[in-house]
Amino acid sequence: MPQLGSFSLLLALALSLYCFLAGILALFRHDANADRLGETARRAGVATFFAVTLAALALVTAAFQNDFSVAYIFHHSNRDLPAAYKFAALWSGQEGSLLFWSFLLAAYGLVLRLRHKVDPRLFAYASVILAGVQIFFLLLVNFAAHPFAMMQGTLPDDGNGLNPLLQYPEMVIHPPMLYLGYVGFTVPFAFALGALAMRYHGDKWIHITRRWTMVTWGFLTCGIFLGAHWAYSVLGWGGYWAWDPVKNASLMPWLTGTAFLHSVMMQEKRGMLKVWNMWLIFATFMLSIFGTFLTRSGVVSSVHAFAQSSIGTWFLVFLAIILAACTFFFVRNRSHLKSEHKLESLVSRESSFVFNNLILLVACFTVLWGTLFPVLSEWIQGTKVTVGPPFFNRVNIPVALLLLLLTALGPLLAWRRTSIESLRRNFSIPAFAALAVGVLLIAFGLRPWRTPSAFYALMTICLSVLVAVTVFSEFIRGGLVIARHTGQNLFSSMGHLAHRNTRRYGGYIVHFGVVVVMIGLAGSAFNQDREKELGYGDQMNIGDYTLTCRSYTQDDRPNYRSEWAIIDVSKNGKPLATMFPERRFYKASQQMATMVANRSTVKEDLYLVYEGLNQDTARPIIKAHLNPLVMWIWVGVLIMVIGTVIGLLPNAAPVRLTASAPVRAAAVMEAGD
Amino acid sequence: MLSFLKYRVLQVVALCVAIFGLMGAGDDARFNAVGHKLMCVCGCNQILLECNHVGCTYSDRMRNELSAALSRGDSDDLATQAFVQKYGAIVLAAPTGTGFNRLAWITPFAALFIGLASVVLVVRTWRNRPGAPAATLPATPAAALEHFREEARKETDL
Repeated sequence: MPQLGSFSLLLALALSLYCFLAGILALFRHDANADRLGETARRAGVATFFAVTLAALALVTAAFQNDFSVAYIFHHSNRDLPAAYKFAALWSGQEGSLLFWSFLLAAYGLVLRLRHKVDPRLFAYASVILAGVQIFFLLLVNFAAHPFAMMQGTLPDDGNGLNPLLQYPEMVIHPPMLYLGYVGFTVPFAFALGALAMRYHGDKWIHITRRWTMVTWGFLTCGIFLGAHWAYSVLGWGGYWAWDPVKNASLMPWLTGTAFLHSVMMQEKRGMLKVWNMWLIFATFMLSIFGTFLTRSGVVSSVHAFAQSSIGTWFLVFLAIILAACTFFFVRNRSHLKSEHKLESLVSRESSFVFNNLILLVACFTVLWGTLFPVLSEWIQGTKVTVGPPFFNRVNIPVALLLLLLTALGPLLAWRRTSIESLRRNFSIPAFAALAVGVLLIAFGLRPWRTPSAFYALMTICLSVLVAVTVFSEFIRGGLVIARHTGQNLFSSMGHLAHRNTRRYGGYIVHFGVVVVMIGLAGSAFNQDREKELGYGDQMNIGDYTLTCRSYTQDDRPNYRSEWAIIDVSKNGKPLATMFPERRFYKASQQMATMVANRSTVKEDLYLVYEGLNQDTARPIIKAHLNPLVMWIWVGVLIMVIGTVIGLLPNAAPVRLTASAPVRAAAVMEAGD
Repeated sequence: MLSFLKYRVLQVVALCVAIFGLMGAGDDARFNAVGHKLMCVCGCNQILLECNHVGCTYSDRMRNELSAALSRGDSDDLATQAFVQKYGAIVLAAPTGTGFNRLAWITPFAALFIGLASVVLVVRTWRNRPGAPAATLPATPAAALEHFREEARKETDL
């Protein structure tokens, strides 16, 4: 099996090289054979997918067969590892995850090459660029991080096992989602660079790029939040986001991708920001590669980072090549990116998009700056400093609040310019609702002057209400117009409205999801925690909850040994549930892992961690966290994903309006997309 | 007179905010506040009070040291400085506001303000740029009108 895998990887590299070189030749030849040569290149690209898939299957099969002659399988699997995690071993180490990256890239390439009839020439350019990126990753897995490298000397009976932190159901989903997002940004990049290289006429490429970006952005969103949920459930420190460098690396392309999804509308509708959009897509792809470099080079320390290795240099060289290629084509063809219109007013939809982009980029820069500052500090002043959550929270929260404000304002602004009167008319109800909620929260005991976190929480909730009311008022106003002309009820009309312009109303649903997530994040300002040693019958109080230790015990399974406590939970004296916080010791890897017991409700999470046994008393130490509104984060992400899917659906046919209808409808739609 | 009154009212408000802010900041609150400004140095990259490694050789000891420092009446700054002396600057969870480290705090906000100012400047420049005089514009042909209608449809999505 390892030989088959190695051969497949070499074959895939050869096919990619052919796809790249023959593709370039076909694009620059103008004789009768050019099309045939281009077709062979495309087919070689398709065949690459099958070769890489074979290699990935060979590695997974080796894991299932416990073939510890393969060094990667020895280091990342063991005989008693459950089947799902043997499959997950594919992406749990450096070499396997690079193979997985190659596989996903080949899969995206397959879809792109099979859809070549949409626009053969543009797709041919994109296919060549994709093949170029594929070559880089196949070079890595063939020569720098070979997943089928063999063990030297005597073969071991069993493997080292999978990192315990990765033995959790979400780890079977989270990395593929994250990689689908990371790798997926190669496709919009390929279309953008291809369109620039060929001086593409028309808007079609930007539509294609936007759709691919939305798909990729959706995957990355899922990946990031699944990662946050995994950290919350497994790491056992009571939080979901600690601004770890590796997590930051995934956030950066997400931020620039989000900026692109907004500013691309200006290019589609007004022919503006063409240079900006081009570089946003370039930057998004480069940040994906840069994030991978951070994770794998050992430049920054992180609990998630792969082992330090020499492949960091490969990534730096690759980044330099990408930057050179982008700059070359931009300088050569920048005349093709002339804007068709100029910004006319600061109070307009266009300006709101520009400000939105600016804030998203500042957020991205802040994350990058904070992640790299320790390296910079060590380089300049010779002292390594830590840039942890206090820095990121203090800098990014005001930026996020500004972004929320713009999210509320944006949909209320018309294209080109908006009168102050119109803004006041549309803004007064949402502003009043936000203020009312703020006053109510203070009346119910929120004291924003006590701590900065309480102040930020109040601001976040008020601004979230502002956005939510704006979104609902957009739905209701549009729905009322449709209801008036079709006789449908308001809810059907709102559904019809969303179906008629899926992108716009899908986008609003995504905004609503963001609001729900933000409210969930604001809840962290009121987190409580307590730690106590609990013997039989001992009690601990946190919030309205009383925790009683009924018992504590141990267990021995083939893959791990565990210690756990049985905790009875009551609220205001009323029995509520029994919870089982646990700590496992994985035999193969000789490592500990926490299995958090979490009781999640819309109001709050009761989150129990088994900290370990007190060596002196042999009694368990339990740490209890009371985290308000955490469920809102996961629900908000679900809404964001639903909004993204709706945004990807094709529009329904427009309603035929009566003669007078366009006037009224135009008034409703004054704000535009 | 009015401005003097306003000034006094502002002073009173600021004083109230400060008093409310400081009220109830007992040892537990201080332990929590200072403990969240320090990192565990075991290599886990976690905030000191959030490090949950079983058998971590650092976090328990560091928490005890912090607790002892606050109990004997050390100020927050003094307790923090003692940690920096013992474990190095890396023990602080965020860069200090002095020397080169100040750059860490200033740069993001500087980027934001420079960006905002640039956008405002660009829009104003474009807006003030004189357009073609209306009298020289030729009559719009039907095809061009259709083009404008299409553009309007695109912009309003009707």
